[in-house]
Amino acid sequence: MRRAARILFELIDRWSERVFTPELNPLVQLGALVWYCYWIVIVSGIYLYIFFDTGITRAYASVEYLTNVQWYAGGVMRSLHRYASDAMIPVVTLHMAREFVMDRYRGARWFAWGTGVVLLWFLYASGITGYWVVWDRLAQYVAVATTEWFDALGIFGKPIARNFLNEAAVSGRFFTLMSFIHIAAPLLLLFGMWIHIQRHVQPRVNPPVKLAAGILATLTALSLIHPATSQGPANLDIVPASIGLDWFYLIILPLADRYSGELAWAVALGFSLLIFLLPWLPALKQTPVAQVDLENCNGCGRCANDCPYNAITLQNRTDGKPYKLQSSVNPGLCLSCGICVGACHAASPFRREPQFIAGIELPDTPAAGLRDSIVLASSGLHGDIRILLFNCAAGPDLSSLDDPELAVIALPCIGMLPPSMVDFAIINNHADGVFLTGCRDNDCKYRHGIRWMQERIQRRREPFLREIVPRERIDQYWAGASDLAGLTLRLSAFKRRLRAMPIDNPKTDHA
Amino acid sequence: MRDIPRWILLVLHYAVFAALIGFFSTRPVYRQLGPDLALIKLSFGHAGMHKEDCHKLTPEELAKLAANMRQPVSCKRERVPLLVELELDGEVILRQSLPPSGIAGDGESTIYHRIEVPAGQHDLTARLRDSRREEGFDYESAARVELAPEQNYVIDFRAESGGFIFP
Repeated sequence: MRRAARILFELIDRWSERVFTPELNPLVQLGALVWYCYWIVIVSGIYLYIFFDTGITRAYASVEYLTNVQWYAGGVMRSLHRYASDAMIPVVTLHMAREFVMDRYRGARWFAWGTGVVLLWFLYASGITGYWVVWDRLAQYVAVATTEWFDALGIFGKPIARNFLNEAAVSGRFFTLMSFIHIAAPLLLLFGMWIHIQRHVQPRVNPPVKLAAGILATLTALSLIHPATSQGPANLDIVPASIGLDWFYLIILPLADRYSGELAWAVALGFSLLIFLLPWLPALKQTPVAQVDLENCNGCGRCANDCPYNAITLQNRTDGKPYKLQSSVNPGLCLSCGICVGACHAASPFRREPQFIAGIELPDTPAAGLRDSIVLASSGLHGDIRILLFNCAAGPDLSSLDDPELAVIALPCIGMLPPSMVDFAIINNHADGVFLTGCRDNDCKYRHGIRWMQERIQRRREPFLREIVPRERIDQYWAGASDLAGLTLRLSAFKRRLRAMPIDNPKTDHA
Repeated sequence: MRDIPRWILLVLHYAVFAALIGFFSTRPVYRQLGPDLALIKLSFGHAGMHKEDCHKLTPEELAKLAANMRQPVSCKRERVPLLVELELDGEVILRQSLPPSGIAGDGESTIYHRIEVPAGQHDLTARLRDSRREEGFDYESAARVELAPEQNYVIDFRAESGGFIFP
C-alpha cells in the first residue's frame, strides 16, 4: 500500500519536474513552501495591523476601509493574508502525506513528526482567530460556533458562548482578547516551526527564488481577481444562516454545530493523537547506529559536518592521542544512513590492512566489507564492459536486472559511499564504469546523501574524489522507487559511452 | 519557442492551485440554519437554593470545635439543581435539570440551549424551579412572540428582574 502510494508520488513528481523543472518541483519543497507562506502571512498581517482597529465597534469598518478604499494595497494585503494562510493547509497536508509515504517519520525522526502534529493546532488557532477579528457575519458564526464548541469541554464555569448571545451581550474585552490571541498564536507557531527543524542540518526553509516568485505572483493574481471580502457586518440578533465558509480552517465548526461539540472534539483530538502516534505504529526496526573507532578517528569533523541530523558532535579527545577532538555519536539522533562513513577519510579502500576500520562505521555495513563487495562483485562480471552500480536502500528494486555486465552493490544511502571507493573501483580496474542511483534527486531519504555525494565527486566537498579518476566513467541517475525504465535507458547510454572509450584503464598501483 | 508548451502548462498548474485556494476559501456555502427557521436560545446562569438551611449549633457542638472555628451558625454550601422547562405552543420542548457548578456543588447552574423553530407566531412558556420543592416551579413566564426568519431570539433569566426575560 505504502509502496503503491510512493510510486504514485514519484509519478506526480516526474510530471511536476517536467512542468516546473527538477530544481523547482514544488513537491520536494513543501516544508520550505510552508515557511514561505508563513512569511507572506506575517508581512501582510503587519501591514493590515497598521490600519486595523481592534475595537469591536470599529473593527469591521477598518477592514472595509482596507478592502474597498485602499483596495490596491490594503485589499491586496488582506487577500494575500487570507490566501497564503489557506495555502498553508494543503501544503502542510501534502508535506505530511509525503513524509509518511516516503517513510520519513519514524525512528529518530519522530521528533519532527510529533512537533509537526502539535504545530497543526497552532496553525488552526492562528487561522480561526483570524476570522473573528474582521467581525463580519462569518466572524459572528466563527465566534459563536467556536465558543459553543469549547463549551462542550465543560471546563468553563459559565458558557463562554454567552459572550455572543446577542448584540447586548457582546463583550469588547473578549473581542480584544481574541485579537491578542491572533497575534500570539502565530508567534507561538513560529517558535514551534523553529523547534520542528532543530534536528535538521541545513533545513530547507526557503524555496528557490523562481518558485517563490511563482507562488507570490499566483497568490497576488488570485487576490486581484477574487479579492477576499467581508460578508456584511455582524449582528448577533440575526443568525448568519448562510455563509461562505473557509473550509481549509473552519471545517471542524459545521461538525460541531450540526452534530455535537463532543463529537468534534473526539474527531480533532482522536485524529491528532492517531497521527502523533504513527511513528510507533509500528516502530522502525532500525539497524545499529554509527560507531566511532577512536583508533582511526583524528577528529577532522567531516562526519559531524555531513550528518544531516546533528547526530554527531565533536568533543575533546579522551584517549590521549595527539589530536584535539574526537567524534561522538548520539544514538538517539542517528538514523544509520552511513553518510558519516562516506565523509570519513579513513574509510579508504586503499588502506593496506585487509580488515581496516574507518574512523566511524555502521556495524552492519563496515567499510572493509564494502571494499570486499567491490572486489567480489567485480570478479563476477563477464562481458565487454563491467559496471558497478551502487544503489541506496530507498532506490529502485533492481532484482529484475539480469545483466552480466552489471553488478549491484546496495548501501543504506548513496551518501555512504566514500569517493575513494569509486576511485578504487575504477583506478584499480575493478570496473570500467561506476553508476550511482537511489532516491529521486532533491528527495533523498536522508536529506543530503545525493547532494554530498555529487559535491564530493565534483571536488566541492571533502573528501574529494581524486582528479585522476576519469569523470566520464561515472554516471548517475536518481530513479527513486519507480523509474526503472528511465534507469535502464540511462544505463544503456552509459554502456555505449563506455564502449567507445579506450579500454586501458589508468590503473595505478596504490600498494 | 520549444519552451512555450511548458510555460503554458506551468501557468495552468499555478492557475489550478489558485482556483482551488480561491474556491475553498469561501465555497461551498454553508447553511447553518434552514430557510424560514428562527433560533431560540435559552441561556442564563442562576444559583439555586442551598440544599439545607443554616442551623444554630448547640453549646455541645460548639465545644467540639477548635476555638477559632466556633461560628454559632453552620451553613452547608451545596445548592439544589435547577429544573428548567420550556414550552412551545403548548408542547414541552425542553425539560432539563441543571446541576450547580463547582467541585463543592455550590456555584451557579447554567444553561445554553439552542432550539430551531419555524419562523412565525409562537406561544412560549418558560418555567424554573430553584428551591427544594419536589413539585411545581418557582418562576413561570409566558409570551406570544413573532419570530422572523433567521432571528436569534434569546430568553434570559434574572431573578432580580422577576424571572424570565422575553425580549
